[in-house]
Amino acid sequence: MNNALKNIFGIFVVLAILAILAFMSGLVFTIDETKQVVITQFGRPVGKPITETGLHFKTPLIQVANYFEKRILQWDGDPNQIPTRDKKYIWVDAYARWKISDALVFLQSVGTEFNAHARLDDIINSATRDVITAHLLVETIRDTNRILEIEETDIDVSLAEEALERIEVGRNTLESLILEKASKLAPQYGIELVDVRIKRINYVRDVRDKVYDRMIAERKRAAERYRSEGQGKSAEISGQLAKELKLITSDAYRKAQVIMGEADAEAVTIYGQAYKQDPDFYSFVKTLETYQGTIDENSTIILTTDADYYKYLKGIK
Amino acid sequence: MDWDKIRKPEDIIDAGKAKFGDSGRFLPWIMIGLIVLVSLKGLLYSIGPEEVGVIQRFGKYMRLSSPGLHVKIPFGIEKVTPVPVKRVLKEEFGVRTVRPGVRTQYSPREYLEESLMLTGDLNILDVRWIVQFKVNDPVKLLFSVRDPLENIRDVSEAVMRRFVGDYRVDEVLTTKREEVDDLVQQEMQAILDTYQTGVHIVTVKLLDVNPPEKVKPAFNEVNEAKQEREKLINQAWEAYNKVIPKAKGEAEKTISVAEGYSLDKVNRAKGEAERFLAVLAEYKKEPMITEKRLYLETLSQILPKAKAKYVIDPQQSSILPLLKIGQEGGGQ
Repeated sequence: MNNALKNIFGIFVVLAILAILAFMSGLVFTIDETKQVVITQFGRPVGKPITETGLHFKTPLIQVANYFEKRILQWDGDPNQIPTRDKKYIWVDAYARWKISDALVFLQSVGTEFNAHARLDDIINSATRDVITAHLLVETIRDTNRILEIEETDIDVSLAEEALERIEVGRNTLESLILEKASKLAPQYGIELVDVRIKRINYVRDVRDKVYDRMIAERKRAAERYRSEGQGKSAEISGQLAKELKLITSDAYRKAQVIMGEADAEAVTIYGQAYKQDPDFYSFVKTLETYQGTIDENSTIILTTDADYYKYLKGIK
Repeated sequence: MDWDKIRKPEDIIDAGKAKFGDSGRFLPWIMIGLIVLVSLKGLLYSIGPEEVGVIQRFGKYMRLSSPGLHVKIPFGIEKVTPVPVKRVLKEEFGVRTVRPGVRTQYSPREYLEESLMLTGDLNILDVRWIVQFKVNDPVKLLFSVRDPLENIRDVSEAVMRRFVGDYRVDEVLTTKREEVDDLVQQEMQAILDTYQTGVHIVTVKLLDVNPPEKVKPAFNEVNEAKQEREKLINQAWEAYNKVIPKAKGEAEKTISVAEGYSLDKVNRAKGEAERFLAVLAEYKKEPMITEKRLYLETLSQILPKAKAKYVIDPQQSSILPLLKIGQEGGGQ
């Protein structure tokens, strides 16, 4: 029992020591998911780069495992001052994503990521410069012509003249152009460019101040337009008010006159119809009626003795 | 000196052997115990509730493990990396949260290099936004890109600028904010997918969008002018509304009055006509008598009303003197 345990323990210890020795001597090495390895022997590469992860063997002591990244890596360039085709100076800040596509070539041509960044600086910056200088400012900013196509009634400002240029290519296309140009030069370093994008574009200081001035001027113009629009609209409404007022009163007056005229006419007809039955009687009755209306306490009545009223008075005398 | 009493090295070893002779049997056990302890430490691991563990054996990806306590092969053969997959993470652009809370405090510093960008009409805007994301593929996250966070930041800046560059300044300021949010989110996701970051963009939200500090007063002036315009228009309408309905009412009144007049006139005419006809009908029966009667009746009504009545002979040459006397008398 004790003996067996001792044997097992012994085997275990031996194995452990062997394993540690294997790792220490460099016989065995591991490759992480994020890594790839080029084996070199006295500085001379041996075989193809190993991308298979896990446990691997090599000749200890004389072979060295050189680890390289397998993941996508970033590159972030310094902002560059670049003139566009229409001579506008802008700061362009691009970023790129790249990976080591051929670790062997990478090892031979650049060796380290630090050196690779220096190469990428050259490649991408020059590609960016080439592409930007060959295009207009608006083409580096805009992607489409949508701002020229939208029609809205309430636009604050008219667009700046330089912004009105119709573009054939947009920012997205420029990014592809840069990527395409730079990608041609990358493989010689064992590098694959995954993507190049323009992260930031800004005016250089002088231009920026001018743009601010232009923005202020545009806004002032817009403000002025709103004010005069308000005044105009207000005057328009007052005008409408005056017009409608006249329309309403005159229309009412006209209608009233028509109504009254019609009534008068009807009355005339009615009176005519009635009185023509006996015009003499009408004049008699009406005359009597008017006496009632015209004679009051201020009136003086002079009657001759010939009048019918005194006929009998005379007769009796 | 008593040299005999000095012990030789062999003696010491012997003594040691004697002392530890018994415990020598336990030495393997102690070692096994130690090894077990060490392996236990590397054997067990726990994964938090919002995490997923990514297990690698000799660097090779093996499996994922869910939250809880798990076992792995110790001695550095298997390695576990916990990835918080359920947590929604946030990246800020142009602002930095100093202390989140009910009233979140933002850093007063400005990050203009991040936030200043050009719009499609070649104006400059100060745009601040956040991106919320979570890990949806921990394997890709760990193994296909080196710095996922840096990727999110770079992509977000590039995409936001691209879309803001396609909109007009006033659209980004007001009407099209949500549209920009959505477009940026979709495009970011598309690009991050090509990098295989294993990140899912939950949302992109524009925070403050402002004109640059120097231009702000001019923008405010436009708003003021807009309000002024509205005010002027409202005042004009107010005057309009004060006058027109009243005028309409008055017009109605004028017409109604005319209609009243019309009714009155016609009814009177009808009344008078009927009265006349009625009287006429009776009159025709006895014309002479009626005429007389009407005449006398009228006289009897009007004569008492008159101030003075004179009865004169038709032969009288002039009535003027008479009248004069009467008037003077009336005056006294």
